[in-house]
Amino acid sequence: MLSAESLKKIDYELTKYPADQKQSAVMSALAIAQDEKGWLTTETMDFVAEYLDMPSIAVYEVATFYTMYNLQPIGKYKITVCTNLPCALSGANEAVAHFREKLGIGFNETTTDGKFTLKEGECMGACGDAPVLLVNNKRMCSFMSNDKIDQLLEDLSK
Amino acid sequence: MINFEIDGKPVSVPKNGTVMDGANQLGIYIPHFCYHKKLSIAANCRMCLVQVEKAPKPLPACATPAMEGMKVFTHSGQAVTAQKGVMEFLLINHPLDCPICDQGGECQLQDLAVGYGASSSRYTEAKRVVANKNLGPLISTDMTRCIHCTRCVRFGQEIAGIMELGMVGRGEHSEILAFVGKTVDSELSGNVIDLCPVGALVSKPFRYSARTWELSRRKSISPHCGLGSNLIVQIKQNRVMRVLPRENEEINECWLSDKDRFSYEGLNSEERLTKPMIKQGGVWQECDWQTALEFVANGLKDVKEKYGAESIGALGSAHSTLEELYLLQKLVRGLGSESVDHRVRQSDFRADSQMQGAPWLGMPIAEISQLKSLLVIGSTLRKDHPLLAHRIRQAVKHGAELNVINPIDDDLLTKVRNRAIVAPDKMISMLAEVLKAIAELKGVEIPDDAKNALSTVSASDTARAMAISLSDNKPAAIFIGNLAQHHPRYTDICKLAQHIAQISDIRFGVLGEAANSVGAYIAGAVPFDNRFGNRNADIAGDRHGGQGANASQMLGMDDAASGTGCKAYILLNLEPELDCYNTQRAVRTLAAADLVVMMSAYKSHAAIQDNYADVLLPIAPFTETSGTFISTEGRVQGFNGVVAPLGETRPAWKVLRVLGNILQLDGFDYETSEQVRADVLPAGNDVSAWLNSSLGSLAVNPIEAGKENKGSVGLQRIGEVPIYQADLIVRRAESLQRTRDAAAPLAWMPGSLMAQLGLQTEEVIRLKQGEGEVQLPVAQDDKLPANCIRVASAHPSTAALGGMFDQITVEKS
Repeated sequence: MLSAESLKKIDYELTKYPADQKQSAVMSALAIAQDEKGWLTTETMDFVAEYLDMPSIAVYEVATFYTMYNLQPIGKYKITVCTNLPCALSGANEAVAHFREKLGIGFNETTTDGKFTLKEGECMGACGDAPVLLVNNKRMCSFMSNDKIDQLLEDLSK
Repeated sequence: MINFEIDGKPVSVPKNGTVMDGANQLGIYIPHFCYHKKLSIAANCRMCLVQVEKAPKPLPACATPAMEGMKVFTHSGQAVTAQKGVMEFLLINHPLDCPICDQGGECQLQDLAVGYGASSSRYTEAKRVVANKNLGPLISTDMTRCIHCTRCVRFGQEIAGIMELGMVGRGEHSEILAFVGKTVDSELSGNVIDLCPVGALVSKPFRYSARTWELSRRKSISPHCGLGSNLIVQIKQNRVMRVLPRENEEINECWLSDKDRFSYEGLNSEERLTKPMIKQGGVWQECDWQTALEFVANGLKDVKEKYGAESIGALGSAHSTLEELYLLQKLVRGLGSESVDHRVRQSDFRADSQMQGAPWLGMPIAEISQLKSLLVIGSTLRKDHPLLAHRIRQAVKHGAELNVINPIDDDLLTKVRNRAIVAPDKMISMLAEVLKAIAELKGVEIPDDAKNALSTVSASDTARAMAISLSDNKPAAIFIGNLAQHHPRYTDICKLAQHIAQISDIRFGVLGEAANSVGAYIAGAVPFDNRFGNRNADIAGDRHGGQGANASQMLGMDDAASGTGCKAYILLNLEPELDCYNTQRAVRTLAAADLVVMMSAYKSHAAIQDNYADVLLPIAPFTETSGTFISTEGRVQGFNGVVAPLGETRPAWKVLRVLGNILQLDGFDYETSEQVRADVLPAGNDVSAWLNSSLGSLAVNPIEAGKENKGSVGLQRIGEVPIYQADLIVRRAESLQRTRDAAAPLAWMPGSLMAQLGLQTEEVIRLKQGEGEVQLPVAQDDKLPANCIRVASAHPSTAALGGMFDQITVEKS
């Protein structure tokens, strides 16, 4: 189900917790699974549940609670733009409008070529850098003016 | 103890006690939804907010630890304002559909809304709607009504042992559901219906059939497993509409298994027999009671004259009441035969002459939770004894070590310390190893009657681990499950377990298969002298000395008894084509008899089609007669009929009494079932003196007994009784029959055996035992021991097969 490499990563996470409390690693395991698969299918969550010796519904609870887990197929790059107040005051709405125009999609939509998905995000704890966005949950981009957005999209499109 | 004050009244609770505990002690009601005394504290409904002196804001009573000198106010202005506020929030998204909601009238939210809710809502925005979920045939959902108390989720995690429901999403989007596409399949699932404080989870079979205030509540006792769960049977217009648990902390606590809860559907089954029926010239005809009873009496007299009294035999199921079984044996013994038995699924009767009393649990049920170590031998524990399994789970949670010797490895939903999953015939040697290990550990001699048998045995590591677990942790117990009781070498299992218990000085008991398994012995429904040590000298009425035929001999089930049998049979509450150890031979033997009288609440298809029965007498199930069950812990529980008998149905004890009168037998002048009971039980109904699972001196047979060593590798059948096939009522409970536990039997075998036989999963194969064969699809279960095939018994699709633990052959079809 998951590649040997992913399993190795999950095993490493497991070493951080007592052996009889494997389920403590569920968040990292889901993140690792998502990195490999792009999004979390029912089968993937079932697999994680079995691997960590916990009920599948408990995995599902975690996966549905946190917004960074993707429960639907998404584009290659997920761009999450913060629209909370500090970002909004510093031009987040303009940034979103620029994305809409450039990509031709709104929030929670994916471009037809399957490259980009646009998401609305909540505060990412970097209000001084507003407006901020996240690429694929991992890469934080700050001060996103229209120019920088163009640059980002160009880099990612390569 | 911590002393504090609630509403000015002093109270003290143990350390770690909460404000809620104190309020419960004082009888002060604090409104709540998510709090439940048997579940962990979640404090997520916030309904139980109370004012605490010096606390800046209201605190939830269920999760606030009591502190010395604390002053709590449950009905002060601050508390009531807080509670009203919470209620307003709870009602925001709750639909106003009480008139069509099944919970209406017994709904905690409805009740509390009357006390704390406003008369109209200030909320004008759209209410949320949550899609309903399919949780299977027992639980119906209306998820828009859910208030997210998570009682159902915690029940799964903490009591049922399997988390099948969860709360997904967050905030306004959170909802309760089972994992994508799954249903709730736990054998205790029905309890979430009681737990749900609103109408989100309601009973599917009961849905829309009655309003709760139309129902009368009557007390009763469960007729299924040996636990003796206390029931509230709710009736309307002389019909059982629903069954709820009656709280009894010593037995079922506040729970019920699904079998106890939903089996009532079988009582209203269309298959109910409402008039006596006689087969004349091969044609079944309804007749009146007088005709039927005279036919039976004449038939019995004829057989007695023609073949002698000993050719009359009676078999009663242990799901029958004490009174019924007592009169059944009294009738047969009055006619001059000793052949009466209730152990139709037992195959080893070697111990009969050495029984010291009625086999029982060996301890009170409530004490199971306190065990520190236990060994369960041969049991589909969760399915046979759902609530006992729950008690054991709780014990394990509190540190008990569970050891298992079993031919199957079904998930017990709890930690198993040591497990030996071995073929049925190897269970004996495994037990012998444990005995050896424990004797070595304690430095004692192996008892004489096992010495010979154990001479070649040496203890394995698993056996040693089990021995250490049992001897180092007290209190400990050994339980013999249903599979072991049906085992062809039950006596040896019993004897070895008894020795292990004696050497390590722990309890030892038998898990009662049926509601009245203990009562059946005490009623005398056994073909031997049951006057255990002469303590109840008169209990069985007339005695003729000597032994009658046991169930196996009567039905020609074992090899030695093959072809024998009685000429006349009285069957009480039995369907021999499903209820016997070897159904194939049982039916054949019955077909050869002159007279077969079936006393049953149901028009058994097989009895009519297979044509072995001659008379069908409609008798009342437990809801329509008074009677007594003696549970596996030896608790005598009497009950009354809750509805009038259906049609011309009569209570079986009355039928037997009249039959006794027609046959002019002595001692059949009972007016009430209480009089019958007074004949059986001592004053005060204390039967503890007759309870004893031990056997007298009896040598254990050589461990590797003849059969299995000879020649070719035989395949062994593991024939368990599926949970919803165990008795007549539950077989006809429609909703239970649609659950996953009631799925048609498959031929389960380990992958190694499939490879050896060249079989694929789902391939239909022919299974043969004796002259019978059935066709079943193959299924893979690698946890089964080698060369074993698990084929459920007690199911119409496997009824043509033979013994439950005998050899079986497989052919490709």
